[in-house]
Amino acid sequence: MRKELKIFDKPENIKRLLRIFYASLFALLIADFFIHKHAEFTWEADPWFFAAFGFVSCVVVIFTAKLLRVFTKRDEKYYD
Amino acid sequence: MISYLLNMGFPPGLIFIIGALFIPLLKGKIKSAFMLLLPLVAFVILVSVPDGSHWTFRLLNYDLVLGQVDRLSRVFGYIFILISFIAIIFALKAEDDLQHVAGFIYAGSALGVTFAGDLFSLYIFWEIMAVASTFLILARRTVASQAAAFRYILVHIVGGLFLLAGIILYIHNSGSLTFGFIGLSSMGSWLIFIGIAVNAAIPPLHPWLKDAYPEATATGAVFLSAFTTKSAVYVMARTFPGTELLIWLGAFMTIIPVFYAEIENDIRRVLGYSLVNQVGFMMCGVGIGTQLAINGTVSHAFCHILYKALLFMAAGSVLHVTGKIKCTQIGGLYKTMPLTCLFCLIGAASISAFPLFSGFVSKSMIISAAGHHHLVAVWLMLQFASAGVIAHAGIKVPYFTFFGHDSGIRAKEPPLNMLIAMGMAAFLCVFLGVYPQPLYDILPYPVEYVPYTGAHVVGQLQLLMFGILAFYLLLRSGYYPAEIRAINLDTDWFYRKGARHFFNLTDKGFNGINRFCDKVLARNLSASLGRFSKNAPARLTLLFIIPACFLTGKKENERAVLKKNVYAAFETASTSLGISAAAAMLFIVMLVLIK
Repeated sequence: MRKELKIFDKPENIKRLLRIFYASLFALLIADFFIHKHAEFTWEADPWFFAAFGFVSCVVVIFTAKLLRVFTKRDEKYYD
Repeated sequence: MISYLLNMGFPPGLIFIIGALFIPLLKGKIKSAFMLLLPLVAFVILVSVPDGSHWTFRLLNYDLVLGQVDRLSRVFGYIFILISFIAIIFALKAEDDLQHVAGFIYAGSALGVTFAGDLFSLYIFWEIMAVASTFLILARRTVASQAAAFRYILVHIVGGLFLLAGIILYIHNSGSLTFGFIGLSSMGSWLIFIGIAVNAAIPPLHPWLKDAYPEATATGAVFLSAFTTKSAVYVMARTFPGTELLIWLGAFMTIIPVFYAEIENDIRRVLGYSLVNQVGFMMCGVGIGTQLAINGTVSHAFCHILYKALLFMAAGSVLHVTGKIKCTQIGGLYKTMPLTCLFCLIGAASISAFPLFSGFVSKSMIISAAGHHHLVAVWLMLQFASAGVIAHAGIKVPYFTFFGHDSGIRAKEPPLNMLIAMGMAAFLCVFLGVYPQPLYDILPYPVEYVPYTGAHVVGQLQLLMFGILAFYLLLRSGYYPAEIRAINLDTDWFYRKGARHFFNLTDKGFNGINRFCDKVLARNLSASLGRFSKNAPARLTLLFIIPACFLTGKKENERAVLKKNVYAAFETASTSLGISAAAAMLFIVMLVLIK
């Protein structure tokens, strides 16, 4: 069998990846001030609207899913 | 008819369906070559056929059209043939004729639906599609897949009956068999709408999809992901464009599945929920109904078929080589399956609508159409759902499959044919994302939409990247829902458990009443009445005779003999005149008293 990849097993690579990730987030926030906006809705033109919307939406999705699990979770054999 | 077909060439759908019948007769490389040739032949025919009605037959005073070719049906025809070709490459090494035949008949009937020009042909192909696709689930040959296939076909039979009833009412009212705009107006149109909605997996009619697709074979799920829902999108786009109800159904449809996808353990079930979410965007586009929205719907269906098939192929490859596909069982597979991982990441980036990937150039058209219409709530819902997609399909699927905790599984890459199929789909996902013009050129309406503007690219990247940040922070802090071996209740509970409870309830309720009546009325009461009516005259008589015996001083043994004689006299109807007269007298007295 071919050699295994272990690129993501090395903590320094994860750190590097995270650094690139944070840098790109920062760049996206800065880029907001240098682009021409053609908004359908006024809030679309607000700086960092999409960043905030994306972050909050994902948090809401994940916490709602956790809450949903309280009511819907059943054993794997539930229907058997 | 046959000479006509030979002159004109067969309709693309029939090429698949008839071709499928020859597959079991062939072997080895000839079989592989034949299977790959069929989509190519269908494609050449579709390219060479001009717009208009073709392959028309007359049946019982109705014109049946097997080839209604226009810009809308043509683009669905192209993608159905293209994805068939890719899915066949993916399934090429599967030594199971049942799957091959079912796959071809299924794809052929989806093409039949696409090019049907009348409601009768539409219905026939619709039903063939349901039956053929069931065999792709049955072909897994497990107890769970048999049960899932059974539920799947039952749901589709019900959906088909709605469609049939609607078509009959519609034809009866309108006198037209033409498959075109219907609109929600009459009872018939509502039934047709519900019938299509079942196949489109519009909530609450959606759970058949997440129930059945994960139980299909590794290769069968790729076929399944492409045809049933997207042919329903096509039919909806032709019959109910501009229906406001669809905007709202579609918007909710994008949101509800993302919560479920987040807590689901089976990766292919996550993809099933994700499929419902994506079709929601398309339904919303059909509901908005403007040229931009319909173009968005069609292009999104086109791109979606490719990246969803790619994701199902990646998941199918993992299932094929490891035999496992649940988050709790897999993880860390990138180490030995880097290519599959790469293809999965491309599929994930496409479904998340990252710039330079196919979803970006199609989904944004639908959201923009909602914006142009100033549908504020819908626009917000679609953006929310877009962020939800990155959380489940964009990150969860590749992360828990190929990264996450190391499951210790060191599986090899899947066979070359599977890698080639995934490679083709992945290439097209990137190609359309980078250069969408060829897709835009074949859409139903002229495209003026420009996806790559600074604002759009930055806005979308912010939405996605900060969504990923939220995912990462919640995962690291332990707030992300843990991977657990469990299932989640959905609306299929109503027919999987609810129906059983209903049966038990009616059994205990109605049959309980039945049992009570049987015991009390039929057995006890009637027997008592029988005994009473048999002995009543004797007892009543004794009621008067016994006190008289006491008065006359008769002994106990004499009273017993007298009693016996009285009973015997009444049983044999040989009462003495005195007793009869006494009884008659008594009867008269009772009547007088009652009165």
